[in-house]
Amino acid sequence: MVSKRLKSKDPDLVYNQKGYAWNKFKSSWQLQLMLVLPLLYIIIFHYGPMYGIQIAWRNYRARDGIWGSAWVGWKNFQEFFAYYKWKTLVKNTLAISFYQLLAGFPIPIILALFLHVSNHKILVKITQNVSYIPHFISTVIMVGILNQVFNPITGFYGHIMKVLRQHKIISSNNYYDILSSEGAFRHLYVWSGIWQAMGWGTILYIAALAAVSPELHEAATIDGASRWKRVLHVDIPTILPTISIMFILRSGHIMSVGYEKVYLMQNKLNINKSEVISTYVYKYGLAKNKLSYGSAIGLMNSAINSVMIILVNFIANKLSDGEAGLF
Amino acid sequence: MALFKKNPNKIIEPVSDRVLQGFCTVIILLLLVVVGYPVVYVISSSFSSAAAIQSGRVVFLPIDPTLAGYKFVFQYDTVWLGYRNSLFYTVFGTIINMFLSILFAYPLSKSDLPLRGFYNKLIVVTMLFGAGMIPTFILKSKLGLVDTIWAILLSGAVSIHNTMIIRTSFKSSIPKELYEAAKIDGANDFKCLTSIAIPLSKATLSVITLYYAVGHWNQYFTAMIYLRNKNLFPLQIFLRTILTAGQSIDASSVSETMLQQVQDGTQQIKYALIVVSTVPVILLYFIVQKYFKKGVMVGSIKG
Repeated sequence: MVSKRLKSKDPDLVYNQKGYAWNKFKSSWQLQLMLVLPLLYIIIFHYGPMYGIQIAWRNYRARDGIWGSAWVGWKNFQEFFAYYKWKTLVKNTLAISFYQLLAGFPIPIILALFLHVSNHKILVKITQNVSYIPHFISTVIMVGILNQVFNPITGFYGHIMKVLRQHKIISSNNYYDILSSEGAFRHLYVWSGIWQAMGWGTILYIAALAAVSPELHEAATIDGASRWKRVLHVDIPTILPTISIMFILRSGHIMSVGYEKVYLMQNKLNINKSEVISTYVYKYGLAKNKLSYGSAIGLMNSAINSVMIILVNFIANKLSDGEAGLF
Repeated sequence: MALFKKNPNKIIEPVSDRVLQGFCTVIILLLLVVVGYPVVYVISSSFSSAAAIQSGRVVFLPIDPTLAGYKFVFQYDTVWLGYRNSLFYTVFGTIINMFLSILFAYPLSKSDLPLRGFYNKLIVVTMLFGAGMIPTFILKSKLGLVDTIWAILLSGAVSIHNTMIIRTSFKSSIPKELYEAAKIDGANDFKCLTSIAIPLSKATLSVITLYYAVGHWNQYFTAMIYLRNKNLFPLQIFLRTILTAGQSIDASSVSETMLQQVQDGTQQIKYALIVVSTVPVILLYFIVQKYFKKGVMVGSIKG
């Protein structure tokens, strides 16, 4: 089509499709040159490791190299399912992940609406800026703060417990230690994460809410819509596409709990609830040098993640006629 | 419109609306307390005396104000070393990030780029599927990156997500005619990039710079996996040893006397460390802040 159009206009160009494409490529050589370094990076560091995935079916030994190590079939996978705690690992991973998604995903949306509706502009501005601060705190520091604040003796939590004990509100020998409690781990993990992320998470939604044309609000007001009605019928529909994209992005990580923080929060007492797949891969695969075993588990994990993101994207596309999907 | 602006007080909003707005304001105030209080508590504790923290007298403002915690923190070589290393990784890592990401995003922002479809497919695959921690480790050790600064500088050098945001910004915020005019005046693609695309996307680029820089400053897991040499450790590795001291971890990265002093109940040192190591990123945020609304917005556009 393109070449035909050009043919009539510019007789000097090479006429057949192939030659045209080549010419076009040549004329874009500067753009192609720019791409060389980034593409090289992507190919080496993103595609390169994919070659190493085969060690999941091999018994990898560093001195034999990837090709030289013996094939062992599905042994590494079977070994994982023979491990008596594999169900606990999967269960912990899914439990933390879903908890995080269900509690953490709606909160920024709701807060964004609150910030949008409130008419106290100065307070809104201050709150926004303050609520971004926790986002910049590193995982190490965050866990450090948790350790400090929830220390049962010297922490803020410890002081409250002390007061409660003195006033006989809780029994005098109650030294409940949140940090090493199995049951509290999930809540501590998820809610400290929400504390860090909720303010930052509102940015996108607030930007989307501000982008709605004021005429829409004015028209609704003239038609007698209350502020509440406008939230329901103007504000929420405006941010729905953003919500959908964010949801797809999040669902691709359903099997990958942020291992950095889990790893830092782990201790001997909460390990039954805090060991997740990725920390297990690190500890047994990398730190204990069982590389083949670790990469077999990691592979299953990323496969499930890929299926999830494709599935959710497919559903989002179906429900919105291709509007809400990511790709 | 003009009528509304001239007499803002003329229109009295219905009671139900004012109740709703008031309710929202109350919730926001609550949010401010929930987020702000722990921050204030940590900062106040870092300026309080160790005894006051120990006995729980610090509630809001510093008690027995002192700089002892900070003096302690700055007398340690390991903290300085970590600070210097982290600064190095952040500055040079971010330069590499931005260089590669811009070179990547600019050609992709041209809708008539030959092979564009192929490049996009190449990217989507990496978004959908990652090889995982161990194959990546094997590759990097084959390339001889383990225990060198390059393991840190080159890990995540191109974030696909950030590149997509830059690409969208190049594409949507700069009219095509501008490039065409420049082309007629004899500018090549490199000139167009440096003189048109980059200056006009300053907002987005500064926000992305912030993202990358914060990522470098705060990361510790890559360093933990790839570095053995203490002299290369970033601040976060030292912090981890000090802040989570007492838990069963390898304490070899800081000197024993330091660990001993920290454990001797001087809580204020930990609080001071927390403040000292977080201030740089928050400062950076406030510098970039004015570009924020514009820069972040681009990320929400599907492109």
